[in-house]
Amino acid sequence: METSAFQKIYTKITQVTKATCSLKAEGIGYEEIARVNGRLAQVVKIQGDTVTLQIFSGTEGIPTNAEVVFMGKAPTIKVSDELAGRFFNAYGDPIDGGPAVEGKEVEIGGPSVNPVRRKQPSELIPTGIAGIDLNNTLVTGQKIPFFADPDQPFNQVMAMVALRAKADKIILGGMGLSNDDYLFFKNIFDNAGALDRIISFINTTENPPVERLLVPDMALTAAEYFAHEKHEKVLVLLTDMTLYADALSIVSNRMDQIPSKDSMPGSLYSDLAKIYEKAVQFPEGGSITIIAVTTLSGGDITHAIPDNTGYITEGQLFLRRDTDIGKVIVDPFRSLSRLKQLVIGKQTRKDHPQVMNAGIRLFADAANAKTKLENGFDLNDYDERTLKFAKDYSRELLAIDINIDIDSMLDTGWRLFAEHFTKAELGIKDELVEKYWPKN
Amino acid sequence: MATKGKVTGIIANLVIVEADGPVSQNEICYINLKGTDLMAEVIKIMGVKAYTQVFESTRGLKIGADVKFMGHMLEVTLGPGILSRNYDGLQNDLDKMKGVFLKRGEYTEAIDPEAEWDFTPIAKAGDKVEAGSWLGEVTEGWMPHKIMVPFKFSGNYTVKSVNSKGKYKSKDKIAVLTDEKGKDVEVTMMQKWPVKVPIKAYKEKPRPFKIMETGVRTMDTLNPLAEGGTGFIPGPFGCGKTVLQHAVSQQAEADMIIVTACGERANEVVEIFTEFPELEDPRTGRKLMERTTIICNTSNMPVAAREASVYTGMTIAEYYRAMGLKVLLLADSTSRWAQALREMSNRMEELPGPDAFPMDLPAIISNFYSRAGFVYLNNGQTGSITFLGTVSPAGGNLKEPVTESTKKAARCFYALNQDRADSKRYPAIDPIDSYSKYLEYPEIQEYLKKNISENWVEMVSLSKDILLRGREASEQINILGDDGVPIEYHERFWKAEVLDFVILQQDAFDNIDKSTPFERQEYMLERVLEIYHTKFDFKSFEEVNPFFKAIINLFKQMNYAEYKSEKFDGYLKQINEKINERKAV
Ligand SMILES: Nc1ncnc2c1ncn2[C@@H]1O[C@H](COP(=O)(O)OP(=O)(O)OP(=O)(O)O)[C@@H](O)[C@H]1O
Ligand SMILES: [Mg+2]
Repeated sequence: METSAFQKIYTKITQVTKATCSLKAEGIGYEEIARVNGRLAQVVKIQGDTVTLQIFSGTEGIPTNAEVVFMGKAPTIKVSDELAGRFFNAYGDPIDGGPAVEGKEVEIGGPSVNPVRRKQPSELIPTGIAGIDLNNTLVTGQKIPFFADPDQPFNQVMAMVALRAKADKIILGGMGLSNDDYLFFKNIFDNAGALDRIISFINTTENPPVERLLVPDMALTAAEYFAHEKHEKVLVLLTDMTLYADALSIVSNRMDQIPSKDSMPGSLYSDLAKIYEKAVQFPEGGSITIIAVTTLSGGDITHAIPDNTGYITEGQLFLRRDTDIGKVIVDPFRSLSRLKQLVIGKQTRKDHPQVMNAGIRLFADAANAKTKLENGFDLNDYDERTLKFAKDYSRELLAIDINIDIDSMLDTGWRLFAEHFTKAELGIKDELVEKYWPKN
Repeated sequence: MATKGKVTGIIANLVIVEADGPVSQNEICYINLKGTDLMAEVIKIMGVKAYTQVFESTRGLKIGADVKFMGHMLEVTLGPGILSRNYDGLQNDLDKMKGVFLKRGEYTEAIDPEAEWDFTPIAKAGDKVEAGSWLGEVTEGWMPHKIMVPFKFSGNYTVKSVNSKGKYKSKDKIAVLTDEKGKDVEVTMMQKWPVKVPIKAYKEKPRPFKIMETGVRTMDTLNPLAEGGTGFIPGPFGCGKTVLQHAVSQQAEADMIIVTACGERANEVVEIFTEFPELEDPRTGRKLMERTTIICNTSNMPVAAREASVYTGMTIAEYYRAMGLKVLLLADSTSRWAQALREMSNRMEELPGPDAFPMDLPAIISNFYSRAGFVYLNNGQTGSITFLGTVSPAGGNLKEPVTESTKKAARCFYALNQDRADSKRYPAIDPIDSYSKYLEYPEIQEYLKKNISENWVEMVSLSKDILLRGREASEQINILGDDGVPIEYHERFWKAEVLDFVILQQDAFDNIDKSTPFERQEYMLERVLEIYHTKFDFKSFEEVNPFFKAIINLFKQMNYAEYKSEKFDGYLKQINEKINERKAV
């Protein structure tokens, strides 16, 4: 972005805070971008002739005579098929040594889709992971985060899901990604021969945190191009949204806004919703599916970030280590896919919903039995059986290293039911029991 | 002359305008952004400065932009043609908007001015009328839609003339009225009304005295909602607020349903758009969409319009109530509305109340809930607005300002419980914490006795006791161990479980189970209470669990079967056989 001749250069900054600077300027549009000594900044407040700019990379070393040039537009990205296979930073500048992308320049964070122009999501995304496909089935156009403690392998699982999802494009928005994780994504996509389908916008831990705020909008604006104009199935991966929200709170606190819960801005819900609601199924076949990561602190989902996220997304996938089997599982209690009912039993076998519910209910009974045991009580026969069931269920269905098709998941479910329980203990519709209860 | 102004400050959607004339609180103005008019509402006035909340994104707006004030508050348009529409929070018809993406500043007409309506007069020359009096009637879809004296008319009028039977457009003159001073005024089928002002065109608002059947057993049986009553559903995310509201919207016994999607997911509204034109209303056999209007401001739509959306919904509900209809208004989620208030209050740097919500939040919420109610209209007919809202408490903690304020305003409390949702005991309404104050109303008790059965009220309160004792028994068993308590505790626990599984739990996605009419609810509760009253003979606690599990399983099959079908009766027979095997002699 060069300076054109007619652009006025301001050199008198009147106020500098940790994230913002203010100056007197005229004819400036709200949310317009500017360069302050070359650093990208955006207008966040205009009062009379005083304009306040948020400087994405921070204000360290900004002098009062810094050169400020306004660009007359909101942040933009150039979209075209040339984006495919490329790596960019948060500003949309290439970081892979390649040339700048040519294409149509569009403002990021654009308007929402008219709800009556959406189509109801209806296409199942098989992942092979039973903890997902059986209990928390994903659908194109859905938005769903992984909730996981930082030590869980969420990026690995997410990459695996992305590669199995048969998307036309995978757009990775990395926020506060460690360099190792960045290289992990690069390698795994490369090894899968998928690099030409991948577009990445990366902010690593080495970059200033506030820059992250641009990443989701960049990624989703690119996604809208492919999904809306090219009718492609686009999968957007956003990791880690907790670090995104942290950046939001840095900015709002520095602008002296009154924080609400957990020192997050009062607008956190709206801010996150604007991102996640970009997930959409278009009637013409294109779709944007968002899979995100929200890291938790000590499994606490009542913290404002996962809490607001849960209220926005269409479910969540909760990863935890099951010490009984020594593996990471998709926790059937805290996980949920709210769009699953649009496909299960309809695009999958008719027994799917009931097998799913029965399995989880029995797993819950096992959890109760375990509590009983921990409290020093004797277990009855039913308790013993639920415990045995839970271990098998966890190992054969919940573990994230499972990779089977959905019919096999259902068959496995019935086999485990028959091994440990009687028909009456299932509470499944008779006609289904007749049909699927293993014969021998 | 209309007041004009210039923009002097912009902080997100809070825009400060210097006005050149009088401005009133809540007045609507349009801010010009490169030729596009953005709608905004005045929310504070300081000297010549009007603080406005803009119902759109302010990206690109500049200081000095022209503003024109409209001299009225935020209004909705009322008239035939509202039914079955999909509106945004400001009553723009979403289907009339062009393009896939919402364009800011694109405002569409709520009512099609070209549509023709078959009008039949009700009033005649010489009749004395007042605001809300019925002048005539058109058929809107399938529903009689009254054409009324506009609510803005104050005082008494005499009908000078009413058009004869015929086809008219909504802006055509339909009647001429003469006011007390002898001046003639023309009336059309269309009128406007400011959304934040309640429509009071009725004689009296008695306490609710009828039940509104929802088909959801745990509500109807245990904690019924009254027609003209208010209730709310608080619960952590994913516990089933929306699914429950959708179930109620499909099954409730109402003439008209207004679904307000307030700051929630677009896909949930799309679900209604997709399914309601297909699904049938079991009572009329018509498609659900034919009795539904949707107001939708999803979470990614402008925040200020989110606040407006609940008022838009309520005002439309009041309009239809004035026609003598039974209206059910649903809002999901009222917390998002409260958050919209919080965002603005923070931008205006007002002194914050608890959790940074505005100080007057409790008053705002209770004013809103008080607009619902059963009314006797001036002509002696009745109408009602039953309101059911959801609340999304931060962190699932019910001790937060929105839940607490709503608890003071609403008469039914349907608390969703995370543990119940986790163990898939849907709907996850906690049977012990939840309540319906209507159950205590003598007039409601009378109604239940007359319309369901003589001892229904006792049966309900016994059911609550059973559930409570079941919970106590379960706690004892957990503390003392299976064999540390008398067998009777196990029995008590399992009898409560039968009630829980058979009556409270209900599969919202099963075609039969999803909706249970009162008659069937009564029948099932009687069967379950029979079990409760039966004395069983168990030798050890280990026999208790399998016995009741089998009973529950059979009852569930019954719930999935057509009422009083062969299958249904077959399962009942099996249940009775099982009971007889175990009955104490
Ligand atoms: N009655 C029910 N029967 C079966 N499943 C249900 C029922 N109620 C809820 N569920 C399950 O729980 C999920 C979440 O329900 P719902 O969307 O109503 O939650 P919510 O309370 O509205 O959450 P949020 O506050 O995030 O909007 C549903 O998608 C469905 O899978
Ligand atoms: Mg909901």
